[in-house]
Amino acid sequence: MEHYLNIAIRSIFLENMALAFFLGMCSFLACSKKVETAFGLGIAVVFVQALTVPLNNLILNGLLKEGALAWATPALAGADLTFLSFILFIGTIAAATQVVEMSVEKFAPALYNTLGVFLPLIAVNCVIMGGSLFMQERDYTLAESAVFGVGSGTGFLVAIVAMAAVREKLSYSNPPAGLRGLGLTFVTAGLISIAFMMFSGIQL
Amino acid sequence: MSAVTPSAFGKRERAALLDPILTNNPIGVQVLGICSALAVTTRIDKALVMGAGVILVTMLANLAVSLVRNHTPGSIRIIVQLSIIASLVIVFDQILKATLYELSLELSVFVGLIITNCIVMGRAEGYAMQNPPLASLMDGLGNGLGYALVLFLVALLRELFGAGKVFGFVVLPLAKNGGWYVPNGLMLLAPSGLLIIAGLIWLLRTLKPELQEKD
Repeated sequence: MEHYLNIAIRSIFLENMALAFFLGMCSFLACSKKVETAFGLGIAVVFVQALTVPLNNLILNGLLKEGALAWATPALAGADLTFLSFILFIGTIAAATQVVEMSVEKFAPALYNTLGVFLPLIAVNCVIMGGSLFMQERDYTLAESAVFGVGSGTGFLVAIVAMAAVREKLSYSNPPAGLRGLGLTFVTAGLISIAFMMFSGIQL
Repeated sequence: MSAVTPSAFGKRERAALLDPILTNNPIGVQVLGICSALAVTTRIDKALVMGAGVILVTMLANLAVSLVRNHTPGSIRIIVQLSIIASLVIVFDQILKATLYELSLELSVFVGLIITNCIVMGRAEGYAMQNPPLASLMDGLGNGLGYALVLFLVALLRELFGAGKVFGFVVLPLAKNGGWYVPNGLMLLAPSGLLIIAGLIWLLRTLKPELQEKD
């Protein structure tokens, strides 16, 4: 149990996808003008991440790893298809995003109205792809990857909402002309990132 | 194809190649591809390999997408683009693992993340879908070079001030090794990448006031 808690805490605070690995920066910068939008995107990321990381874990362990195909025919027992992981992961992600979008539209129209525009965007969000790749690199089990999926999604949610809250206040400031907008957003992200580094002392 | 006649490499191709390097830089002006870029800029060699990967993938993806652009139905174009890009990244990853294994371990997931790099997708969708192959190839090369240039600059600053080295050679002798330079530890940490990019954007926008945002 403690082990899973550890993975969750690590992925939310210490190894925050947006602030420690700079993943999902494009949407992190583009969708953080208002807290409401940021929250919608964050929830959508948690949703898709919680679905795709375990799914990709199943694909990796059941189809791609060396010897994983032995159940089909013994002739394939020596096949190592891990080099195909990139293309299968991105395929799963694109399909999962589509499925999530359609089912949310059908069963939860109110939620769809808030999330709708973000769901297609998420297919090419680096956080999602990064989550699956970290899962492969760290060799997580199915349960671990489920916890990691939810945790890393939540980490992105926390980061983007914090960012949006700061930017809402910043719209009243008067920075130098060249720094206005994008430049100031980068500085803000850098400072939040420094603030998140204080979590690096946490050990479970 | 009579691609090598002087008229084939005309104004459009030259503009496609040269514009993105400075005036329309993908990171500084279009704000694309920051995602996987910053984490690999602690050392110059990492940044250069990453830049080479993006140049290669953007170039070939633009060429391939442009070649099939008239046969791709609009509704499935994203999937087509993604599978072209993913295949190219797999090839690059395999080459990297075969030739520079140590470096490929350090780059870890970031090579795979070229797939979701907004520059590659953005140029395939925004340029190669509407333009002929040669111009698209040049556009991909130009954007890749623009990206690699920013990566190189950030990595140069971070390696020089963070570790006192350039390409692994000591330039500023560190105090702990008997030299005079006390390294700035922040430069090796994640946030400095963001702050340096902010500085570059500030510089670029001060030199080119027409890029400044009005609000």
